[in-house]
Amino acid sequence: MTIALARVLGLNRSKPSGRYLYRCCITFVAIVVLIAVFAPWLAPHNPNAVDLSDALAGPGRSHLLGVDADGRDTLSRLIIGARTSLLGPLGVTVLSTVAGVIIGVASAWYGGWVDSLLSRTSELLFAFPGLLLAILIVAIYGEGLLAPVVALGAAYLPYVSRLTRSLVLTEKKRPYVEACRIQGQSSLQIAMMHVLPNVAPVVLAQSTINFGYALIDLAGLSFLGLGVPPLTPDWGAMVFDGESAIQQGYPLSAFVPCIAIILTVVAFNVVGEHWADRVARREPQ
Amino acid sequence: MSTVLDVQSLHKHFGTTHAVNDVSFTLSAGQSLGIVGESGSGKTTTARIVAGLERPDAGKVLVHGVGRDRHRRLARARQIQMVFQDPFLSLDPRLTVAATLKEALRLHFPKADHSERVDELLQQVGLGPREAGARPRQLSGGQRQRVAIARALAVEPQVLVLDEAVAALDVSVQAQILNLLADIREATGVAYLFITHDLGVVRCVTDDVLVMRRGRVVERGPTAAVMAAPSHPYTALLLASLPRPGWDPHAIAAQRKSLD
Amino acid sequence: MTILDISNLTLTLPDTARPVLSNVSLSIGETETVALVGESGSGKTLTARSVIRLLPHGARVTGTVKVAGQDVLTMDARTLTTLRVSTAAMIFQDPRASINPLRRIGDFLTETIRARDKAVEMLARVGLPVSTAAQYPGALSGGMLQRVMIAATLMGDPKLILADEPTTALDVTTQAEVIALLTDLKPSLLFVTHDLGLASAISDRVYVMYAGRIVETGTADDLFSNPRHPYTRALLNSSPRIDGPARRLTAIDGYPPDLRTPLTGCPFAPRCPLATAICTEQEPQPVNHVACHHA
Repeated sequence: MTIALARVLGLNRSKPSGRYLYRCCITFVAIVVLIAVFAPWLAPHNPNAVDLSDALAGPGRSHLLGVDADGRDTLSRLIIGARTSLLGPLGVTVLSTVAGVIIGVASAWYGGWVDSLLSRTSELLFAFPGLLLAILIVAIYGEGLLAPVVALGAAYLPYVSRLTRSLVLTEKKRPYVEACRIQGQSSLQIAMMHVLPNVAPVVLAQSTINFGYALIDLAGLSFLGLGVPPLTPDWGAMVFDGESAIQQGYPLSAFVPCIAIILTVVAFNVVGEHWADRVARREPQ
Repeated sequence: MSTVLDVQSLHKHFGTTHAVNDVSFTLSAGQSLGIVGESGSGKTTTARIVAGLERPDAGKVLVHGVGRDRHRRLARARQIQMVFQDPFLSLDPRLTVAATLKEALRLHFPKADHSERVDELLQQVGLGPREAGARPRQLSGGQRQRVAIARALAVEPQVLVLDEAVAALDVSVQAQILNLLADIREATGVAYLFITHDLGVVRCVTDDVLVMRRGRVVERGPTAAVMAAPSHPYTALLLASLPRPGWDPHAIAAQRKSLD
Repeated sequence: MTILDISNLTLTLPDTARPVLSNVSLSIGETETVALVGESGSGKTLTARSVIRLLPHGARVTGTVKVAGQDVLTMDARTLTTLRVSTAAMIFQDPRASINPLRRIGDFLTETIRARDKAVEMLARVGLPVSTAAQYPGALSGGMLQRVMIAATLMGDPKLILADEPTTALDVTTQAEVIALLTDLKPSLLFVTHDLGLASAISDRVYVMYAGRIVETGTADDLFSNPRHPYTRALLNSSPRIDGPARRLTAIDGYPPDLRTPLTGCPFAPRCPLATAICTEQEPQPVNHVACHHA
């Protein structure tokens, strides 16, 4: 009874330091998303405007973060690049979450041969390291964002489907699911209107974390020169382009996107984990 | 009195265990039948088969003479409803009380306006507008169980199966719920199938009783008669096991060994 | 000699409007069996746990809890550990939740006191065959596991056994066997339960708790046949019984007070048929073992 008591009174709240970090990170995420949305209005210069006279100049009045090796303004490329850099992972996350949830729910709900078939298939996908799969796809289909996004979406799918499957299996055994069956609801109704909404918070928290990983993977692809077409501003591609700049002693145009990637991924991870913790604490044992 | 429920020769195996072994009984309209037994007696499995959550290996469950499996899902729901033991887990934690009741009503009576009926149901189980907007974790055990009863009644069933419905409640709350159940039966004429291990509860709330042990029915009859003069030694053991002044646990322990 | 002497124990948890335990006083003599009866939220489990200082995080305590003359609340950690093993041992409600399912029974019994032969002796004492020591908990029934728990508490030769609803999770026929075993034991017994009938049947004296306070105490026979506090009376009237005429139960209206609402006066007043103005203003002090203005 004392444990129930502690929970009712909120005695197991998160530590104050954890909350401060969470607040910082969610603010940062909000800022990045806003920048991505309003990018064309925020960027001071055309990201592809080349100004060779100014090449590799350090930070100055007209170029707050300097320029890269081709004379393009780093700040503008960073701002516009936010769009591409966030769009890709968004696609990956949406794809893997939607497909993963459908497969996970179907496996857990029907069990039997459906479960075996779906589980074994998604385990095959586990065996492929996501990045290598993406490289393979790009090698076949060439440049563009779509192919790597689909490939990574497929690579992330089994993580979501496995989590969903175990959550649904547990939820299925709860008496309220049986009560719904006795009430006369169909399996589909129960799955959609009761089970899914109850497992959704955990799955979504996990997906937020996956967003961060997808960002790294796609940036990595761009860094390798695969992925987005050459002129598109994209943080990973900017690091790739900046390689030569580092060698010439003007590292800013490579470091800035690097830092942007790191901070964004960390922020998404902290937010996602905080949500997952909060959901877990709400669950009565 | 017309027979509402007719259970014939049910059998159910779980692996090598014969959980339900040739169980038969009938339930008339407005009657209250108790099934008493300890763990492993098969009483819960029998209740689940009657409610439709498990399929029997053999035997039939007939409502008004027609097999249950012949009806469609919604019609089956209107015959038999169930109240579970754990009041917290038997309600969807996300939904408010009003939403839970509305869902049941919408499923079976799609055309009607439900707000009035929801208020009616809540009143019938002793709850009010404050509880209507609450979620299960904001309610006490007794209140949650009242919601579960209201939800079962919303469907207007002919039989209500109560599977250890008061076992998880405090004694004083249990008394409230038992009185409530008696009132509801009088007002609506619904029949009860009351599964419990507690002989005191059976005495309060049932007209007739079945005693089960290891899957079989070992004794049956009107509750008052069976409790006053049990004919099977197991029933006598159950009665003697209830603690009261003058109780001798050693004698019962010896009695139990002699039964095995 | 008084084995257990709790005196004016008050326990407060953070973020609550009233103390969880308020001025609890209780005593147990040698070889006595004392029952502590109450419903959920009455504080009975916390009282039992305070005997071995198993308190929730952040709890503030005042008063004394003396076990065999030593104050548990002020002793150092080392003495406390010795006390928990060899002076006052506790049996919990659900044996399956309290025993590690991955280790054999014999290992469980010898976890603190490494004496294999003693473990075998204790198993025999609780009526289990020697072969039990080699089995895993999953192979045993609830009743057998609870006996194992009792054997584990006996390993340290305690003077006091604290049993927190030890038979609630068991079948009623198994309950009788386990109770028979418990009442045969030599050490004093503090038996926590919600079942007033069970308490009266096996104990010498009974304490009734409500909302963190002791409301009535007396011998088992007295309490059962002539309850003086309105709550005790109401509790008896609302328990379904198998003797006497079958009648409608007299239920107690309302619910026990929430920890987040402050209390003035008697905690039972909102639900009491005898409540008058003084009941909501002044908290009744125990007079003749009953805490009621109208007893």
